[in-house]
Amino acid sequence: MADPRMIEISPVTRVEGHGKVTIHLDAENRVEEARLHIVEFRGFERFIHGRLMWEVPVIVQRLCGICPVSHHLAAAKAMDMIAGVDQLTPTAEKMRRLMHYGQVMQSHVLHFFHLAAPDLLFGFGAPAEKRNIFEVIKEKPELGKRAVLMRKYGQEIIEATAGKKIHGTGAIPGGINRNLPLERRDHFLSSVDEMIEWAQDAVKLARDYTLEHEELVAEFGSFPSNYLSLVRESDGALDLYHGNLRALSSTGDLIFDQMPYEKYHELIVEDVRSWSYMKFPFLTELGPDAGWYRVGPLARMNTASFIDTPLANDAHQDLKKVTGGAPNNSTLANHWARMIEVLHCVEKVKELLSDPDLQGTDLIVTGERREEGIGVIEAPRGNLIHHYRVDEHDQVTYCNLIVSTTHNNEGMNRAVKDVAVKHLSGHAQITEGMLNHVEVAIRAYDPCLSCATHALGQMPLKVELFDASGGLIDHRTQSI
Amino acid sequence: MLLIGYGNPGRGDDGLGPAFSERMAACALPGLEVDTDYQLVAEHALAMSGHDLVVFVDAEIGGEEAFSFKEITSASPEYLGSHSFVPETVLALCKTLYGTSPRAYLLGISGHAYGEVHEGLSEQALKNLLQAEAFFRNWLKEFKAGREIADA
Repeated sequence: MADPRMIEISPVTRVEGHGKVTIHLDAENRVEEARLHIVEFRGFERFIHGRLMWEVPVIVQRLCGICPVSHHLAAAKAMDMIAGVDQLTPTAEKMRRLMHYGQVMQSHVLHFFHLAAPDLLFGFGAPAEKRNIFEVIKEKPELGKRAVLMRKYGQEIIEATAGKKIHGTGAIPGGINRNLPLERRDHFLSSVDEMIEWAQDAVKLARDYTLEHEELVAEFGSFPSNYLSLVRESDGALDLYHGNLRALSSTGDLIFDQMPYEKYHELIVEDVRSWSYMKFPFLTELGPDAGWYRVGPLARMNTASFIDTPLANDAHQDLKKVTGGAPNNSTLANHWARMIEVLHCVEKVKELLSDPDLQGTDLIVTGERREEGIGVIEAPRGNLIHHYRVDEHDQVTYCNLIVSTTHNNEGMNRAVKDVAVKHLSGHAQITEGMLNHVEVAIRAYDPCLSCATHALGQMPLKVELFDASGGLIDHRTQSI
Repeated sequence: MLLIGYGNPGRGDDGLGPAFSERMAACALPGLEVDTDYQLVAEHALAMSGHDLVVFVDAEIGGEEAFSFKEITSASPEYLGSHSFVPETVLALCKTLYGTSPRAYLLGISGHAYGEVHEGLSEQALKNLLQAEAFFRNWLKEFKAGREIADA
């Protein structure tokens, strides 16, 4: 009988940041345990201590090079609360929304075309040298150019609303520090219809893939779970910027609905495990075993009652048909959901650009100072919570962040195990294609494992084999 | 000419690229367009396609000198991701997507402290930054002079 062994994929490729997957096999090469480890401790919650509340929305952007705007806005919302502001001026809220839709759009486009498309176009088991954006461009050159221009459009919106591409200062406690000049509005309006058309094509691409591979999608890393997101206060519509918390079970039953996000710490418990720096949140009401949940584009499609932009709403209805209106539990359906959100964002951008409030000059309000602030937003990868306390000198004394990837921690672990059991179990030889299946499951969540590690961010795929005593018996590094 | 400084200023010396490009942007040198970003991304290929010369500025890990400066060409990278785009990849994307290949250089400035979440450059990195800046200004001057002679 062979010794039990462990396969290690480290770091996982084509996700944002650093991660490591360990798959433990028993003596018959059956998968015994599979785990996604987060190997870097971010330390940001301590780093922010002592900083002045006014600078927090700018500093927190350094958490992430991919979604700095989400952190900027979540922190700004928390600081609104501390500044005693419960309602922004129309100009401030709409400028922030415009910034957010630009951010979500560009992030989703990057993920779909750049990270996921090679797997979807060429198959999970295709040779590694085939699975990259150059091959996608060779196959579909116009798609490659569109992806660049769509991302550029989103980035330009960020620049126009936040002031800069990086370290933007647009959102400040109680409001915003700029409006949108008419010439910038006209610039964005001139190509927004083209962006909508391209977003519709992207939805079709993801939809067709999902339906043409129905069997694969249905079984690949799929399992029932609870879902959590913000929904609009008045009617439960999809709302990426603001709303109340809604949690659904895998069968669509409401666990809670329209709960103010300021109560998140009553609704969610952050559990810890010895083998990961990342926490494992669960819904308090259901406990650690039954209360884990997923967030992100597909979770939002599941929780939202409808979408308030017509084209994205049609696409949402189309997605819901697959499961007869019940929550969709297929991990790979995240790609379809992600493209529906791109379409929604571009529709919202057009709606906002046509609103004269964006040129308003009433940018900021003040209120009665509080000591604690909580800001929640739907970031590209899912629900994002920022929670701060400040002292009488306006210095931060407490910071708690629950990022989307943390919410999805348990779901990603289960997806890894599901795929490992289905595609690796019983094989004496583990091929690169098999390992890529595991990565595909992780990538579908678009995890941002430890943002902002640019200089150390070289990520070749390392595979290491360990024997039962933990000794390294084989390893290889390969290119993607 | 396009100069792109990239890196994360919230990661100590990883901020060398942005520190350099922001200093250059503040100088508003004629003929030099400056871009600053966290990392190289696909749309940099589009930005580059409108220039005949690009200089990338990045923090360098394990550099023996204060800085290094070398000409680079497009190449298929060993790894292709969004988090770790290398200049050669962006050049290759520029060539593949837009059919142009600007001449390109990489200025790598040696950093020493990257690990913790930390703002600001280390003392040694700051010295290296100043040396790199002095070098670049001189190089730029000579490059422009050479180009003027060639154009004459």
